[in-house]
Amino acid sequence: MRHLLTQFWSSTVDGLTVGAIYGLIALGYTLVYGVLKLINFAHSEIFMIGTFAALFTLHALDVTHQQTGVTLIGVLLLVVLASMAASSSAAVILERLAYRPLRRRGASRLAALISAIGASFFLQELFAERYGRDIRTFPRVMPNTTLFSIGDGVVTSEKALVFVSALAMMVILDLFVTRTRLGRGIRATAQDPETAVLMGVNIDRVVRVTFLLGGAMAGVAAALFSVRLKSTQYNVGFILGVKAFTAAVLGGIGNLRGALLGGLVIGLAENYGASVWGSQWKDVISFVFLVLVLMFRPTGLLGESLSRSKA
Amino acid sequence: MKRPDITGAFSRRWRALPSWVRWVARLAALAIALVLPAQSIARVMAPGSDWRTLLFFPIGVYVLLAVGLNVVVGQAGLLDLGYVAFFAIGAYSMALLGHNEHWNFWLILPAGTALAGLAGVVLGAPTLRLRGDYLAIVTLGFGEIVRISANNVNFTGGPRGISGVPHPPSVHGVKQLTFGVLDARPYYYLVLAAIVVVIVVSRRLERSRVGRAWASIREDEDAAELMGVPTLRFKLWAFAIGASFGGMTGVIWGSKVISITPDNFPLALSILILACVVLGGSGNLPGVVLGAFVVAWLPEYFRGAAAGKPLTHALNWVIGAHATDFAEYRTMLFGAALVALMVFRPQGLLPSTRRRAEMREGEGGLGTMGAVADEPQHIGEPE
Repeated sequence: MRHLLTQFWSSTVDGLTVGAIYGLIALGYTLVYGVLKLINFAHSEIFMIGTFAALFTLHALDVTHQQTGVTLIGVLLLVVLASMAASSSAAVILERLAYRPLRRRGASRLAALISAIGASFFLQELFAERYGRDIRTFPRVMPNTTLFSIGDGVVTSEKALVFVSALAMMVILDLFVTRTRLGRGIRATAQDPETAVLMGVNIDRVVRVTFLLGGAMAGVAAALFSVRLKSTQYNVGFILGVKAFTAAVLGGIGNLRGALLGGLVIGLAENYGASVWGSQWKDVISFVFLVLVLMFRPTGLLGESLSRSKA
Repeated sequence: MKRPDITGAFSRRWRALPSWVRWVARLAALAIALVLPAQSIARVMAPGSDWRTLLFFPIGVYVLLAVGLNVVVGQAGLLDLGYVAFFAIGAYSMALLGHNEHWNFWLILPAGTALAGLAGVVLGAPTLRLRGDYLAIVTLGFGEIVRISANNVNFTGGPRGISGVPHPPSVHGVKQLTFGVLDARPYYYLVLAAIVVVIVVSRRLERSRVGRAWASIREDEDAAELMGVPTLRFKLWAFAIGASFGGMTGVIWGSKVISITPDNFPLALSILILACVVLGGSGNLPGVVLGAFVVAWLPEYFRGAAAGKPLTHALNWVIGAHATDFAEYRTMLFGAALVALMVFRPQGLLPSTRRRAEMREGEGGLGTMGAVADEPQHIGEPE
């Protein structure tokens, strides 16, 4: 308890930073679940692919140490674009190969989930065999200067970048889904696929765009994760994926703003919890949180909005 | 989708046979299982590796776990992604009670089984109300909680685990039942006996009121509830029975390996066992046994067989890896197999007749996926 008080502000800052990343990944779960009622178990691997794309981009650019000014912005932009491209194309291919045939047949949700799990393990092991099972580290690209501090919590440029970009991506996605024609198609399909078809919505296109958007968000999350935590591994997505899924459920699955809120709450909860019980229990705290949320509030904090209610 | 119905015809013909013929066939299968450790079979089945050890682990253990998980996934239709947790609870019971308390193996076996069953009830009671896909994620979380906790607390030995786990007591003078370090045969016979017991129990359950209740829950939970089936209680039973089988496997496995660590219980093991059940045809016991045998044995076979090396090289070349051992590809290949199976043959290799009928309807009891482009008859039934 003593640590909770002495480390309160640093836990808060770290929790919000990592929570923003959870929120970005959670968007992918929430979008796909909203439209397909499918837990895209392989979404964590979509994220993992993004981190590897970020790593290889840095290798290709031969960036080994800190950059400043225009070069820094250029490098960061290239890394984000590469991660987004890798993750979103992986997500679209995944949908085409592992989910669409099942959807066509009207397969059970259990069958779809098993297919997703198979895809997830296939991708993990593919990367483990291809690039090894060791942790790969990233060079520090960004100078980690202190911007300001609150109590014992130090806000560095890295943490600020992560938080602000996550928020910005979130706003862009929200605008896309609520304002554009395709976004309206997504919402219509989520509410009632049958009527959406009758109204001329091209469902295959909607589903593809849904996976593309979810993948792009995972790609941004992967780039931010690489900048902030500077390491990746073939199974990096698993724990993050479970936490992000918890965030999506906590915020109300199908609810985009809820996903970000859920991510921030999970990030804060595990950091406060870690300061009380020790950081080796961090992942257990998230899992217990998931169980409690599903038991007591399966519709989430903000309610299930993108989709019809199905509690 | 019309396919030639080979397995269905087989199972119909099987049931039409007089009961003594079926008993002879069963005893023949058992006799084959008893002579499996023979050297001449070993040369064919596992060139270059110790066939008797493989027969115990992974083959025997996978078969036992798959038959246990089949109760939960195949019979009751509940997707459990944390089955390895119960296996771990059994193994840690063996290690802790055997090493610290010096209990006899034959006392630990029921204790570990009961403990795992209890864990199943503790996990199931609050979570079995959840819809199917949420339940899957919660069980996955439970599996990870057990593994991480075993890593973090002191009495399980933390990441270093527990060593010096005792073996079962030997029967003096009988070589096949002398539980030592080198000869894996006694352990194989132990696991074989457990497999027979578990198969008989789950077969009897399947044909009983409980089994019919499970089938009704699997097919349509709401309808079952309306017809007066206490669904929650029966789901809890399925969970507890499946969990206790997992615990029993853990005790038996733990009695051979001498030392156990939390790394023995990864999530991937839960997924592989799920692959065994689904591959063979969930709900159908011969199918599940076959599925588990294939998942456990095939990678080990290619490890030593002449065809293994070029196959490993070919896979290495395709994905640009440097694997030296075909078994490294086990999880990857069976992950891909799960996808292929769900796409092309969701009922599994040897499906049960009833299960096949359910799959053809396109409803595995959990509602269909949301957006369906054509085949409008399947669109969006509410749960």
